[in-house]
Amino acid sequence: MRTAVNSKPRPRPVRFRGRSYMAFALAPELPVADWLADIDGALGRSPGFFAGRPAVLDLAGLTLAPTEIAAMIKELEARGIRIMGLEGGDAAVLGSELPPLLTSGRGVATSESAPEPAPDPAPEPAPVTRPSRPTAQTGSLTVDMPVRSGQTIYHPHGDIIVLGAVSSGAEVVAGGSIHIYGALRGRAMAGANGDRRARIFCRKIEAELLAISGYYRTVDDLDVSLRNRPIQAWLDGETMLIAALD
Amino acid sequence: MANVVVVTSGKGGVGKTTTTAALGTALAQTGQTVAVVDFDVGLRNLDLVLGAERRVVYDLINVVQGAAKLQQALIRDKRIETLWLLPASQTRDKDALTDEGVARVIDELRQRFDWVLCDSPAGIERGAQLAMRHADAAVIVTNPEVSSVRDSDRIIGLLDAKTERAERGERIAKHILVTRFDPARAARGEMLGIADILEILSLPLLGIIPESQEVLRASNLGTPVVLSDPASAPARAYTEAARRLEGEDVEIVIPAEKRGLFTKLFGRRAA
Ligand SMILES: Nc1ncnc2c1ncn2[C@@H]1O[C@H](COP(=O)(O)OP(=O)(O)O)[C@@H](O)[C@H]1O
Ligand SMILES: [Mg+2]
Repeated sequence: MRTAVNSKPRPRPVRFRGRSYMAFALAPELPVADWLADIDGALGRSPGFFAGRPAVLDLAGLTLAPTEIAAMIKELEARGIRIMGLEGGDAAVLGSELPPLLTSGRGVATSESAPEPAPDPAPEPAPVTRPSRPTAQTGSLTVDMPVRSGQTIYHPHGDIIVLGAVSSGAEVVAGGSIHIYGALRGRAMAGANGDRRARIFCRKIEAELLAISGYYRTVDDLDVSLRNRPIQAWLDGETMLIAALD
Repeated sequence: MANVVVVTSGKGGVGKTTTTAALGTALAQTGQTVAVVDFDVGLRNLDLVLGAERRVVYDLINVVQGAAKLQQALIRDKRIETLWLLPASQTRDKDALTDEGVARVIDELRQRFDWVLCDSPAGIERGAQLAMRHADAAVIVTNPEVSSVRDSDRIIGLLDAKTERAERGERIAKHILVTRFDPARAARGEMLGIADILEILSLPLLGIIPESQEVLRASNLGTPVVLSDPASAPARAYTEAARRLEGEDVEIVIPAEKRGLFTKLFGRRAA
């Protein structure tokens, strides 16, 4: 039996595939040292918060020299936060040493088996005055099986309804509210695009993390009397409130 | 046409190989033809558990690469004549398994046997995904501990995403097999209970295999436990699990802690 022969590879056409991922967008505030201290505080409360998730640095409204940006990226990397791109900066100033400048950020993240929302029905020629119908994108997404460890369900422009449990190590991220008709053992992030009215409902709370519009609570901040009960979570100003539903 | 079943878990050392050999033997004992296929390339040991290690000539990779015919590589069991083994290679790299080659071999096995059981390597990477790729059903082997249950949950997600059936929009039948269950430790809260495991995984239970020295002894002898001591608790549990896999309705009894002399004499302890 022979193993593969080591021949010179023939040139082959290069293939490209487009892919979109979800990243956290971090918007630094000045002074940078204070902002980094806030991040340290957040990481102290929830050490795994950024684990395994790339981040984008949103530079809009800031005027920082490339060296200052590079220093900030180093600081973040030392905290386990990998910056994969920049947003809102000036390409002419940034230079090629820094991560690439990203535009049109709003991509839809991949998920291992998240059911795709139904495709839009074929567009009908609509009369000008007709109110626009909600598309599948802005409607809710119903997931009729458990969300397993390692899976992410991401629906940026509406509610997510899960008819089963969300496992430890799984993640549900919605632009709107999240309704889980089972145990929540993983992470739920509602109002992911900044909607502060979004809420999280679940039938049994054992969550690793709850977040609404960027404000979050981890298991450790959860009142023990609430554990394993049905709850809802919502924002009151900058505080997340959690109350039992039973 | 065979039923193709993957025996998988995510975590290593939980009892996949033991289970593949035991279920394969139990199914073959009913007269059905069974092929057990070792996908754990580089760490083959299904041949050891079946006592066929000295009879391996060709292996799965040879067949996948077209260097040997399927019938040259299949090894017939000496005790049960309807049981066949397709061994893995001990020396080759798992990258030698191509998608097309595996599809062709499974297809050929499907034509010739009633059951094809694929023993998956540990992990969630390519090797494990190739083993599950063409399955009609999965046996998810879980130990009663948090890390094993979590890995099983992860594997179930892959079964619903990366199998041929899932890609066609169909579901594959999934069964939980709890192995190395120690009733005494579960009663003391040192291990997860059966109810906890099923609540997390929310899938039907195929059986509960107790922790037993007999399993270790059997695999050292190269005899699956259902043959070495058919009356033993793990052998009976595997035989019943095989009947459930065939679709038979067999009641599951959660093994209870063996009561010591003291409790036998004085009845149940106050709760
Ligand atoms: N029910 C059991 N009781 C005791 N030991 C067991 C049991 N099931 C498996 N084992 C032992 O656990 C070890 C790992 O089993 P194996 O089947 O090789 O796991 P895997 O294929 O998942 O890596 C082996 O030494 C095996 O004999
Ligand atoms: Mg094994």
